[in-house]
Amino acid sequence: MFKKAFTLLAVLLLMTVFVLAACGDDEADSDSEPDDTGTVDEGTDDVEEDDGDSGEDATEQEDVVINFMHLWPQGSSPDHKRIVDEIIAEFEDMHSHVTVELEILENEQYKDQLQIVSSANQLPDVGMTWAAGFMEPYVRGERFASLEDILDDEFRSSFVGGVREAYEVDGVTYALPLELNIAPVFYNTAIFDEYGLGAPETYDDFLNVVDTLVENGVTPIALGNRERWTGSLWYMYLADRIGGDSALNNAIDRSGSFENAALIEAAEEIQNLVDRDAFIRGFNGLTDQEAKSEFMNENAAMYLIGSWDLPNYTTNEEVDQEFRDSVNFFKFPEVDGGEGNINSWVGGPGVGLFVAEDSDVKEEAKQFVKYFVERWGEQAVVDAGVIPGTQVDTDAVDLPDLFIQVLDELNNANNLTLFADVQMSASVAEVHLDLIQALFGNEVTPEDYAKQHEEALAAEE
Amino acid sequence: MNKVMSDKKVIALYVLPAFLLLMLLVYIPIVLTGYYGLMKWDGIGSMEFIGLENYRNLIVDSAFWRSARHSLLLAIFSVISLIGYLLVSLVLSGRIKGADLFRKVYLIPMLLSSVAIAQLWMRIYHPTNGVMNRLLTSIGIEQPPLWLADTNIVLYSIFIPIIWQYAGFYILIYYAALRNVPNELVESARIDGASPWQIGYKIKLPLIAGVIKVTIVLAVVGSLKYFDLIWVMTQGGPNGASEVIASYMYKQAFTTYNFGYGSAVGFFLLILCLIITYIIRKLTATKEEVQY
Repeated sequence: MFKKAFTLLAVLLLMTVFVLAACGDDEADSDSEPDDTGTVDEGTDDVEEDDGDSGEDATEQEDVVINFMHLWPQGSSPDHKRIVDEIIAEFEDMHSHVTVELEILENEQYKDQLQIVSSANQLPDVGMTWAAGFMEPYVRGERFASLEDILDDEFRSSFVGGVREAYEVDGVTYALPLELNIAPVFYNTAIFDEYGLGAPETYDDFLNVVDTLVENGVTPIALGNRERWTGSLWYMYLADRIGGDSALNNAIDRSGSFENAALIEAAEEIQNLVDRDAFIRGFNGLTDQEAKSEFMNENAAMYLIGSWDLPNYTTNEEVDQEFRDSVNFFKFPEVDGGEGNINSWVGGPGVGLFVAEDSDVKEEAKQFVKYFVERWGEQAVVDAGVIPGTQVDTDAVDLPDLFIQVLDELNNANNLTLFADVQMSASVAEVHLDLIQALFGNEVTPEDYAKQHEEALAAEE
Repeated sequence: MNKVMSDKKVIALYVLPAFLLLMLLVYIPIVLTGYYGLMKWDGIGSMEFIGLENYRNLIVDSAFWRSARHSLLLAIFSVISLIGYLLVSLVLSGRIKGADLFRKVYLIPMLLSSVAIAQLWMRIYHPTNGVMNRLLTSIGIEQPPLWLADTNIVLYSIFIPIIWQYAGFYILIYYAALRNVPNELVESARIDGASPWQIGYKIKLPLIAGVIKVTIVLAVVGSLKYFDLIWVMTQGGPNGASEVIASYMYKQAFTTYNFGYGSAVGFFLLILCLIITYIIRKLTATKEEVQY
């Protein structure tokens, strides 16, 4: 009897161990084939381009593993994933003692996971972060390593102006950008032609376009404001065109006030647009994805979104060719009497790469980041339609016209205002985003809207 | 067998694995949450002990109380809907034709994942293409409601799928309990001339009172900590109109980096659930179990 009891117990214990082991570390089972480095690999060591640690690597280097966490799974971003895999393979070939281990998560899970592993101080050696407000707590918590030592002059100047700076905290760079986006207003030329409309050049033209479309029963603008940053883009542009590029920036960096007449006027203008039925019905409950599909099904004529959406209107074979041909973009028009310039863009870097401060393989990780950023810059735009944070020579690449136009606009841009919710700290951003929804929903007056922003920003000073 | 089971060591050995797992995965995290709730912590860097300040802030945080009110509303609606489930179960257990089929029909929503249900209902509620508004426009309503965008109705729009989702679960429980009511009692009542209504109200209900109490607790506690469907459908928006305690907690901890404050909200939620459970048990306590 005893025996039976113990057998059962042993089985139970074993199961427990398995369960716990499975929860524990998933690194162990993803170990790719062990590096059975033979003579061949010893030979390639010489070709290694190593900056700095030239001491012992001529002989035998200890095998190291770089853990790399990214957010481009095969399913949703196959092109991104392929380039990442290629770059990793190249890097591993050049540094035979290095193995890169991947952990891949979807966007939202990625954000949660990053915070959780960070609170346990177990960040991957290399990972992805967003700029400014998102990464600041990580830097203040001493989780990210400074990348200043790999930024030699040549590398430093390869970034598009102002983009790397978005990853600085107190003048020190803690991550390097992989993506850069600006937000043009995409529009459907087929719908515009049908009603004899052209791309608006002034804000009054724009209002005329809106009114004409409404009169004809066409939804002018697809907007998925459930996400809230989508509505923020509209507000940011109006603030920029009315108050100039410094109005909003100054309010956020506290050299100015949010209760600025221009910022209030921009809020009024948003409600004016809402009252004109410029935006799709029910926008506050729609996701960006739902809004996008309204635009892509030609139920709405305009759609303001980041240039990350360009592949949908150019190279994506899954989208109807006729529709892709009919999509064009215009720059957000200037407002009469406003201080803004048409070449000022709302946009900003997407994800960037960081190196963990507590990484055991910091040197290798930094080399990996540098190599990755350089190679990514060469491949991303052509192979995945991602505008990289590094400069792209538009003459040298073969791209659809719409892409080239956006890249050229980027080179002509005289200002790039970083997405407001990225500029702000996380808790102020939350206030801003909720207020955006309230503003669009007519639940807050423009004055209160500005006042509540001012209070939230002032509370953090 | 008895000899083995009376040996304390063996008992300990049997109980231990589950006990350890439970400690590790449930009770220790609860204690830790309570501990984090006393800290000013962004969830990333170092912590700073601030005592009960998070709780002081909580008491004056109108956004929190708004979300708490929404959670309580959900609890009230869930409890009211229990009456409906009970009626359905009474009918089904009355050995009507096709009872088995209906039982399965009611159960199916429970088999779907919350995310799938949320996606489904988002389609139904779509302002222009959704089934609901298509139907309303076809019968001549020109401006049908914006189910998920109108701050006045969004909360109730989400309650409907939540209640729909759990219908099968409670009907299953009631159905099983009602099937356990001894047939002799029902038969003899019928011979004595009791109407079906009387049989249900006077015989069956008292006999399953224990089960009803349990379901009330389940419904209330489940509602208070409810999260998934709301998160997928609106993320608490627009502008907090469908925020509940759990989504508020999540936002505080993970979106705005107030991990300490988020933990305090979570711990408060736990205490709230315990207190309410206790109150419900007190209120529904009867002196003795009804037996016939």
